[in-house]
Amino acid sequence: MSTSTTAYLIRGAKPLGEEPSDILIQDGLIVALGADAIAHASAATATLIEAAGQIALPGMVDLHTHLREPGREDAETVETGTRAAAMGGFTAVHAMANSNPVADTAGVVEQVWSLGKRSGWVDVRPVGAVTVGLAGKQLSEIGAMADSRAGVRVFSDDGICVHDPLIMRRALEYVKAFDGVVAQHAQEPRLTEGAQMNEGEVSAVLGLAGWPAVAEESIIARDVLLAEHVGSRLHICHVSTAGSVEIIRWAKSRGVNVTAEVTPHHLLLTDELVKSYDPVFKVNPPLRAESDVLALRAGLADGTIDIIGTDHAPHPSEAKECEWAAAAMGMTGLETALSVVQHAMIETGLISWADFARITSTTPAAIGRVSDQGRALAVGEPANITLVDADARWIVDPFAMATKGRNSPFKGLELPGKVRTVFFHGHPTVLDGALNTPRITEGA
Amino acid sequence: MKHLLSTLDLSREDAIRILDIAEEMAAVGTREVKKLPALRGRTVVNLFFEDSTRTRISFEAAAKRLSADVINFSAKGSSVSKGESLKDTAQTLQAIGADAVVIRHGASGAPARLAATDWIDAPVVNAGDGTHEHPTQALLDAYTLRTHWAATHGNSALGSDLAGMRVAIVGDILHSRVARSNLWLLRTLGAEVIMVAPPTLLPHGSHAWPCTISYDLDATLAGGVDAVMMLRVQGERMHDSFFPNTREYSRLWGFDDARLAALDAQPGSETIIMHPGPMNRGLEISSAAADSPRSTVLAQVANGVAVRMAVLYLLLSGDQQRPAGL
Repeated sequence: MSTSTTAYLIRGAKPLGEEPSDILIQDGLIVALGADAIAHASAATATLIEAAGQIALPGMVDLHTHLREPGREDAETVETGTRAAAMGGFTAVHAMANSNPVADTAGVVEQVWSLGKRSGWVDVRPVGAVTVGLAGKQLSEIGAMADSRAGVRVFSDDGICVHDPLIMRRALEYVKAFDGVVAQHAQEPRLTEGAQMNEGEVSAVLGLAGWPAVAEESIIARDVLLAEHVGSRLHICHVSTAGSVEIIRWAKSRGVNVTAEVTPHHLLLTDELVKSYDPVFKVNPPLRAESDVLALRAGLADGTIDIIGTDHAPHPSEAKECEWAAAAMGMTGLETALSVVQHAMIETGLISWADFARITSTTPAAIGRVSDQGRALAVGEPANITLVDADARWIVDPFAMATKGRNSPFKGLELPGKVRTVFFHGHPTVLDGALNTPRITEGA
Repeated sequence: MKHLLSTLDLSREDAIRILDIAEEMAAVGTREVKKLPALRGRTVVNLFFEDSTRTRISFEAAAKRLSADVINFSAKGSSVSKGESLKDTAQTLQAIGADAVVIRHGASGAPARLAATDWIDAPVVNAGDGTHEHPTQALLDAYTLRTHWAATHGNSALGSDLAGMRVAIVGDILHSRVARSNLWLLRTLGAEVIMVAPPTLLPHGSHAWPCTISYDLDATLAGGVDAVMMLRVQGERMHDSFFPNTREYSRLWGFDDARLAALDAQPGSETIIMHPGPMNRGLEISSAAADSPRSTVLAQVANGVAVRMAVLYLLLSGDQQRPAGL
């Protein structure tokens, strides 16, 4: 267990943005709230965290992170990626399977899991590949990964769509034995051959091969029907179009067990930015039109879309310092997610901070079956807490980030909300807006 | 004007200035000594990542007639084919001391990247980027159209635009940088544009373009156009099911002998037939059409040198007035 036996008393923070309440933390747990916190026996020796005016949230949980290790340690490592996660207010991340080697065996997922343990900044939950080598041909060792020390529950070929309908059906059925979920990267491959950007008025002018919305929507439509047919849990990664929101809304109204995520960048940015041909805006799925952005926000507000997934995708600079067609797809997102969602969803009045806690912590933890994350800020619960100065404003500087990736599309943008303090199982990984120390656990 | 990247962001004033200077440059081409000293001591690099002998020699002739030194950098067989990045290539040209870079690249937006980054300071001329734009092609087409339009009306071309002209652009619009550059420039100069193509070869989103779209070449020609611009059809399109086969394409969207005869039967028709080259004779254009008096194919080639001289002159001399020595 944690060697951190120090107690912390958080003064004046507003849980979920509501009435201020002191929070006392000891031995990794919340031990007292409100007036009881100060009155508690250990309060006298507790380290004081002055948080008047700040908002207390359950530690954020990302269902969609690319940590790049093993294989692309030049782009990111578990250490740098989880530092970035902590700085962004997260206490858990799901590491996507498209590493090299692919996370399609118990050995690889256990490696990633133990690297996460050793780093100690957040819980690292490896995602297992659905198919061997992400090749879409043969199921990977889903049972072995589920039963490994990594305890994998989320399976995804993210980066590549499980496009073969029969393989997708088998995967959906098979994961039921392990309480798993298939997280689909919805992209019909034939409709997106050579695709470079959203297909629409902007691509017509720019002469970049179009990536039609229907390539995403047709796969989602097929998969919700498959999930209904076999009674399985389905998760849709990075929903990016208005039509996708409509299909998921329809599926949920039929009782299909489907959840969906949206990235912060799809809530804010549009394909107009591609006019610069700056590959920092190249991402999969592509940035869409304004009408899609508004539909995604509405879908997130009404619960059609369940969660925020960052799709944090760091790349070395040479992968972006080139012509558009040659550039890699992906954007960093861990250290800007909270601010972008606050800007796009809270400051627009679409959701509350309580909703924010649901879409960034409670529900992603539930989808990923992370039992000690995404919990209420209540006595006896694990002390995974993020304190946010919602009134602060800052200008995004990719070179000031903890991630190795400098490919933030929000560079130079002024955004609200600064993560001040993060408690990870009772240990402060972030203090005063800066990285503190990792949580050291035995046997890591 | 620091760079020439697209016609979408080319002002009417700049466009007419280029065309007017090109008129004077064209006169140089008729002299015994086809050379001006304007860019003596300046170095123009033709940076061609795609093979295009026609465009490259046109730029080379233009630069040499202005007395510039020309370096031809072909990506084939160079360090680029060994994996050198666009950034490193650009920085190399900067170090060599290029005063202007004429770039042809298979990726849309590559010239815009050169212009936007600090990899190289020199003016950038887009000589065709992917399926985006080919602005000097559009300028030479506009020059050709303007010459025809002025002659038709008995006016001087200098200072004039294309107001009142109807131009049909026919063929593979989807993959054509020539079509895009012409659309924006011809609209800027006041012409009406009709895009004619099979629906598979029109970009999704082209409904928002400032032009009429038609699937019917015969109806378009019958409606009366002052010029018809035939686009090259790449053979490989056939294998991607954009159309059933070349014969059907030619029958429906090619400028064949029957369409030439129909045009000739129109009373008083002075419609010109344009093609950016290289032509697929018998596919998008018949030999009779290509060789007819209506064809401006060779005039376009000659005009290309004059227009490119004007562009290089304007970008490199910084002098917005008439070139010395004219």
